[in-house]
Amino acid sequence: MEFLSYLISGISLGSVYAIIALGYTMVYGIAKMLNFAHGDVIMVGGYVSFCAMSYLGLPGWLSVVLAMAACTVLGVVIEGLAYKPLRQATSLAVLITAIGVSYFLQNAAQLIWGASPKGYTPLIPTTNAQGEPNALRLFDGQLSISYISLFTMGACIVIMALLTFFTGRTKLGKAMRACSEDKGAAQLMGINVNATISLTFAIGSALAAVAGGLLCSFTTSLMPTTGSMPGIKAFTAAVFGGIGSIPGAFLGGVLLGIIESLAKAYISTQLANAILFAVLIIVLLVKPSGLLGKYVPEKV
Amino acid sequence: MLKVNDINVYYGAIHAIKGVSFEVNDGEVVTLIGANGAGKSTILNTVCGLLRSRTGSIEFLGKNLASVPAHKIVELGMAHVPEGRRIFQQMTVEENLEMGAYTQARSAIEPSLERVYEQFPRLKERRRQVAGTLSGGEQQMLAMGRGLMSGPKLLMLDEPSMGLAPILVEQIFDIIRQLHKAGTTILLVEQNAQMALSVADRGYVLETGKIVATGAGSDLLRDEAVKKAYLGG
Repeated sequence: MEFLSYLISGISLGSVYAIIALGYTMVYGIAKMLNFAHGDVIMVGGYVSFCAMSYLGLPGWLSVVLAMAACTVLGVVIEGLAYKPLRQATSLAVLITAIGVSYFLQNAAQLIWGASPKGYTPLIPTTNAQGEPNALRLFDGQLSISYISLFTMGACIVIMALLTFFTGRTKLGKAMRACSEDKGAAQLMGINVNATISLTFAIGSALAAVAGGLLCSFTTSLMPTTGSMPGIKAFTAAVFGGIGSIPGAFLGGVLLGIIESLAKAYISTQLANAILFAVLIIVLLVKPSGLLGKYVPEKV
Repeated sequence: MLKVNDINVYYGAIHAIKGVSFEVNDGEVVTLIGANGAGKSTILNTVCGLLRSRTGSIEFLGKNLASVPAHKIVELGMAHVPEGRRIFQQMTVEENLEMGAYTQARSAIEPSLERVYEQFPRLKERRRQVAGTLSGGEQQMLAMGRGLMSGPKLLMLDEPSMGLAPILVEQIFDIIRQLHKAGTTILLVEQNAQMALSVADRGYVLETGKIVATGAGSDLLRDEAVKKAYLGG
């Protein structure tokens, strides 16, 4: 029963990683760049929903919607100002710019909200008005799964399903895949490549805002560097699952969450992150393209 | 239909296209032939807006293309089947064709699909197959079918015979003849001068970024200089 409870908390943590990883992987698939500022967009999303709840007194869901709108704008602006001028530049230049944007966001957040952590009220409170835990109790109360965990897992599955539908069935989503394969040929088809890249950043950043709200609901605290570690872990998850692949990001995120949770429970809390990254290294040694990464031979 | 007037294209400091002018009239098949590096593909890429000329003008159906972005050019009625096919390898055959009709209204896609499948029955058989798994000849057919999906007034083909077995080259040129008969205007870029000139109404011979000869396809086929340079004496 203990194992099951660790497993479930791992899956729900992994669901947050998966939502973040989806943003990483979509941007990578289309812009062929690693947007290291993605983690900090999560943090901004967290602050926006925090402000909406604490200062405006809005309900949790509305705060997250507001954060999604703010992050969508932020993502599109970052792309337009920082990355778009570098479309023809080397990937190293873009990578360094992304790291620069990441520090910029962290420092801007520190200026606006200060360096000390803020207490974040979970989107679904841990206890209800009667003081009972807001959780699903199974097996005579031996196993309890909080509603926020259930909600996180559900949100992740819904997002993943929507994205799969979007890229597989809709015209815009197919155009996105076409851009990710060959931007020149996509342009010849009449696809506006710049608009497609902006759209990808918009979707990724909106997802980051959702992830921000969920993440802070678990940690119940928020500071300017909140996004960096989960950002790096989600990036790891995206690579682990096969970068560029949507189901890969999902699988990678969930597996990473489970490994982290079980490592913390049964091996060592201090070593959990080391174990996590060691697993990544092993997977990449055995299967360099990641778990679901495709190797497509090119025909000339 | 297409009027290219004195274009000069540079790759950095390299002057790739030096004052080229040519035109394509309604219903014609016009070919640009020349050796590797003569600038054939560069010209096509400039016409369709992927590259820009520093001088001169490109007019299509009376409209100057100078300020039209590449992704808007298809809407004007020009389709470009690029060199090396550049089909979307990880998408299915039908998805590739749908992308060809990206600028078209939803209602126009179904009839265009029917038309292309009729022209290339092979593609219909493989419509659910991932394009990267097709053979070279099928990929070329897919690239041409994708170009035709937008119902273009002008079809630009860049080296459609590249890397194909002789029998497939024949097949591709048969299709070009059929399209010509059906009234499609075609601008054909080829290294295979013999084949290209035999289907073309008119041809232009390119050498290191300049047009060195022009004339009716059949005349160029008999031209001594052209024969010597491109047709093996």
